[in-house]
Amino acid sequence: MSSPISRDDVAHVARLARLELTPDELDRFTGQLAAVLDHAADVEALDVTDVEPTHHPYPLRNVQRADVVVPSCDRDEVLAEAPASEDGRFRVPPVLGEEA
Amino acid sequence: MATTALEVASAVRAGERSARAVVEEHLAVIGEREAEVHAFNLVMADEARERADAVDAAVAAGSDPGPLAGVPVALKDNMCTRGVPTTCSSRILAQWRPPYDATTVERLTAAGAVIIGKTNLDEFAMGSSTENSAFGPTKNPHDTSRVPGGSSGGSAAAVAAGFAPLALGSDTGGSVRQPAALCGVVGVKPTYGAVSRYGLLAFASSLDQIGPFAHTVADAATLYEAIAGHDPRDSTSIPEPAAPVSSWLDDGVDGMRVGVISELSGGGIEGIASDVQARVRVAADALAAAGATVEETSVPSVIYGLTAYYLIAPAEASSNLARYDGVRYGLRVDGPNTEAMNVATRTAGFGDEVKRRIMLGTYALSAGYYDAYYGKAQRVRTLIIDDFAAAYEKYDVLLSPTSPTTAFELGAKVADPMTMYVNDVCTIPSNLAGHPAISVPYGVGDDGLPVGVQVLAPLMGDVTMFRVAAALERSLP
Repeated sequence: MSSPISRDDVAHVARLARLELTPDELDRFTGQLAAVLDHAADVEALDVTDVEPTHHPYPLRNVQRADVVVPSCDRDEVLAEAPASEDGRFRVPPVLGEEA
Repeated sequence: MATTALEVASAVRAGERSARAVVEEHLAVIGEREAEVHAFNLVMADEARERADAVDAAVAAGSDPGPLAGVPVALKDNMCTRGVPTTCSSRILAQWRPPYDATTVERLTAAGAVIIGKTNLDEFAMGSSTENSAFGPTKNPHDTSRVPGGSSGGSAAAVAAGFAPLALGSDTGGSVRQPAALCGVVGVKPTYGAVSRYGLLAFASSLDQIGPFAHTVADAATLYEAIAGHDPRDSTSIPEPAAPVSSWLDDGVDGMRVGVISELSGGGIEGIASDVQARVRVAADALAAAGATVEETSVPSVIYGLTAYYLIAPAEASSNLARYDGVRYGLRVDGPNTEAMNVATRTAGFGDEVKRRIMLGTYALSAGYYDAYYGKAQRVRTLIIDDFAAAYEKYDVLLSPTSPTTAFELGAKVADPMTMYVNDVCTIPSNLAGHPAISVPYGVGDDGLPVGVQVLAPLMGDVTMFRVAAALERSLP
């Protein structure tokens, strides 16, 4: 049986997931993820086309709270835990381009 | 020193013992063995003393601090404690101090409990041995060369070692019940939605549920009642008050129908150790002797639980853990622009198991693979629910092992993720179905280490589950 996931696939999902892998990690993770996906082959023979998917185990629908303003977390307390803040906001490096 | 939470609370409420003295006794036990066991990421000695003094002051003033008055509780370090570091045993949260308390923390305080520390876990609750912690593994108090199970291994070890009579963990695929089994304590996964997840750092939102650890079923039931019940801040919270699970503990199992799941007892899934199977048979015989009708029964699709779980849980995790990007809290590793900063932060902040699951989940959700993996897993989840429904037409509860084996050696399974994942094979089906399940310590295996027997019940069947668990406990010598 061919591997269910290639080294290039793993490099691709790592990029999507904002992770950087070394060449060694790429090799190792490719083998490990392939082992998990190989195990998943046990459901391949199951015909579930007429079975509805379960997204959630408890039948609750459209849960809404009352439309009432309540106090939220204190802004200063939240920003005190941020890696960087400025003028009451989170501070990040440039989104476009690079820092000079 | 009183051993059960109920005895502690009763003595504190009556003014016979001070909560402060109870805290000091437990801090002393922690002082003796914590270096060896490493159950805690943080021992909250000062906070616990202050809180105990407040409980004592309430008693002195003639008011009742609540059903858990003065009882030390160890809290898994993935539940938010305002102003106190909450790490998920991950470098990426570093010393993050949440600006709010989890609902479970508020309710523990309202019940008079004293939080004594934050316990170690597999990073972001991903693991079955507590070896995936950024702060080093927790050891099994029964044999420190062995794992305590996981991911709530710190909480299980804290109760087993006598650091606290009670603890809370979270159970996504068995993370309360499996460590409870390996550490010889009671561990409960309530019905999904029975306990609020507000302030629980999310792993897999459709599976995560907070649950108690205790030495006795009655203690676990008291803790359950303190934390369960509707919370408007969790949209998946069941809109009902807490089930009164303590009320029927003494009623026994006469006339009840019990099914032993054959697939998990040697007749389907391989790798269930014979000494563990033997203890399940002893438990089944004990329930029969107590008046229950006990039969072996088939729940065929539970054998696909592992596959469904290891696609669904990583998929949900890959989405939930996207929030750890170095912007708003925790670690930041700087980069020349925001995306480079996100990548550098996540690469340095997450451990290998978390990276594996994020990538597995990202893959399972990605274009071209969604139907084959995530979509299929969700349909298999329905099959499991349907098979349970059929079984519960014939039986009030089901019985199985909690864990395939007793506690294994540290390091024995770290190199091969799939070998580690198989530890959850008996516990995962209840998470997929949202059903309640409890692990009751039931003797020891051939190696002298604890074995847990699992009692499974249908959705909202928490009362029956506790009742059968109490009967099992009484059947022990």
